Amino acid sequence: MPKYIVRRISQMIIILVIVSVVVFSLIQMIPGDIATAMLGEGATKEEYQLLRENLGLDKPFYIRYLKWAGNMIRGDLGKSSINKFPVAQLFAQRLPYTIQLALCGMVLAVVIAVPAGIVAALKKDSYIDALIRGFSTFGTAMPNFWLGLILILTFSLWLRWLPSSGMSNISDGFFDWLKRMILPAMTLGIRFSAIVVRQTRAAFLEVLRMDYIRTARAKGVAEFWVNYKHVLRNALIPVITVIGLQLGRLIGGAVVTEMIFQIPGMGSLIADAVFSRDIAVVQGGVMIATLGVLGINFIVDMVYGIVDPRVRTSGRRRSG
Amino acid sequence: MITIFGLSNKAPAKTVPPDGVKRSNFRKAIKRLLANKYNVIGGLILLFFVILALFPSLIAPYPPNEINLQLSLKPPGGSHLLGTDKLGRDLLSRIIHGSSASLAVGLGAVCFSFFCGTTLGLIAGYAGGRIGDIIMRIMDALWALPAIILALAIATVLGAGIRNIILAVGITFTPAFSRIVYAEVLVVKEQVYVRAARSLGASNFRIIFFEILPNCSASLIVYGSLMAGQAIIAEAGLSFLGIGVIQPQAAWGSMLRAGYAFARVAPWVSIFPGLAIFLLVLAFNYLGDGLRDALDVKLVEKKVG
Repeated sequence: MPKYIVRRISQMIIILVIVSVVVFSLIQMIPGDIATAMLGEGATKEEYQLLRENLGLDKPFYIRYLKWAGNMIRGDLGKSSINKFPVAQLFAQRLPYTIQLALCGMVLAVVIAVPAGIVAALKKDSYIDALIRGFSTFGTAMPNFWLGLILILTFSLWLRWLPSSGMSNISDGFFDWLKRMILPAMTLGIRFSAIVVRQTRAAFLEVLRMDYIRTARAKGVAEFWVNYKHVLRNALIPVITVIGLQLGRLIGGAVVTEMIFQIPGMGSLIADAVFSRDIAVVQGGVMIATLGVLGINFIVDMVYGIVDPRVRTSGRRRSG
Repeated sequence: MITIFGLSNKAPAKTVPPDGVKRSNFRKAIKRLLANKYNVIGGLILLFFVILALFPSLIAPYPPNEINLQLSLKPPGGSHLLGTDKLGRDLLSRIIHGSSASLAVGLGAVCFSFFCGTTLGLIAGYAGGRIGDIIMRIMDALWALPAIILALAIATVLGAGIRNIILAVGITFTPAFSRIVYAEVLVVKEQVYVRAARSLGASNFRIIFFEILPNCSASLIVYGSLMAGQAIIAEAGLSFLGIGVIQPQAAWGSMLRAGYAFARVAPWVSIFPGLAIFLLVLAFNYLGDGLRDALDVKLVEKKVG
């Protein structure tokens, strides 16, 4: 297991380095000169030179990259070019909302998708299977900003049960927090569950076809125990993989969901930064999102190691 | 050696089947495709939108950008079948004109990522070794990024507009294709018929394009149609966030966003463009599922790392 952890961490570091190079060079490709854009039309040549030196634009690419990456490792993501706040601080304020939203969305999705997928697989080709498959097909085709709108129209404007926007802290009252969280979490979670339910069903059907399941049944093991001990443990492995794989999409979906429900999270910060071309914030946002996805993937992998002991011993996972 | 020669003599007959066999396989696939009602539904919806996108001016009852403030936020019915938006523009006409942007991005982004991803995957899988490792690690890194955030960053650099959105979405989807091709190439290149072709003196070019690529094509077609739907959602998402197609050109995502402000009084302004996105993506999903069954492809999602 320790060998496996070291291997996974070194892979994560390689990916982070590549992403940082990609992100840094991407921003260098912005047409026009950053210094000119920041100073505007009426600046003198001296001012321009001074700013270029301050920004380090007179140095070669790799020196600028190393300096940027070095600062980043120390937690300094630069300053926003709009309001001059440190980028790290801006994200620290916003991140809790995004994490809450993503977690609630994911929990909701798993709670819906895994049982539904299991039922669909066990009752293959029944009406309930068709219903669950229909949900999956429709759910993956539904953009979450449209689903969000329909939920707002139904539950906020028509039934007046839930607020349509904003977010509160859990410490200010659990029920208020929950009321505000339900619609955003549904918007994010339903689409996610539509993807997971399909994979859960496929994974269970695959395991149900295996010889050892037939053997267990032939031995006279009760149906419940066959499903619980043999099917569930084996089928959960690809399901966990898919959940891990889709987390990037979940965080991406959170960006849009935050815009719909006016949640002051990381997504709305990045989207605003894109409009105002606040480069330090965009760079920081991409790096934090990547770190988040890699971090969660790492945790998923560790869970994987617990569920499937073969991963620990061989250091390699099955492809599912 | 003798056994290899023995196999290599038989191989061409295996890899390039007589015309009749090939056609009957193709026919069988088409037959299976048409046997499933969902594929037919998906195909018909797609055809419907393609016709809208090709001849918008002939079909749309009004010009898409004709402003008439007296008709602001008119509910569906009467002379404006789906109602009007804030500026009194006919929603149906704008949705019809918006179909070309969505289809262009959906198909354009998939073509771009298909081409780049397939090329990179082929090179990485076929060359193997260090080159393969470097390419695939870069693909892993891109894959680890949340697609919409990467697309946002790319769009920041490139600016708005259809061409740039195609690029942004295309780049984010490239790793998906490269990983599928890479995985397939690793399997296919060890097959007997590829070894046979090589021992017969076939060039790398010939082996890649005539032996390996055709064997990956089924998965690529299936994945391509599923990704087209996702590309349309991504484009609509970027337009929704305000960095997609430039106004006043009609795009479903930005129309939906514009309607949010009047959701209370005029929900139709947002609902109908969303319905259009949903139907088009559904069509691609149905087709992708149908193709998967017809071509008998098993898509295995592989993990980062």
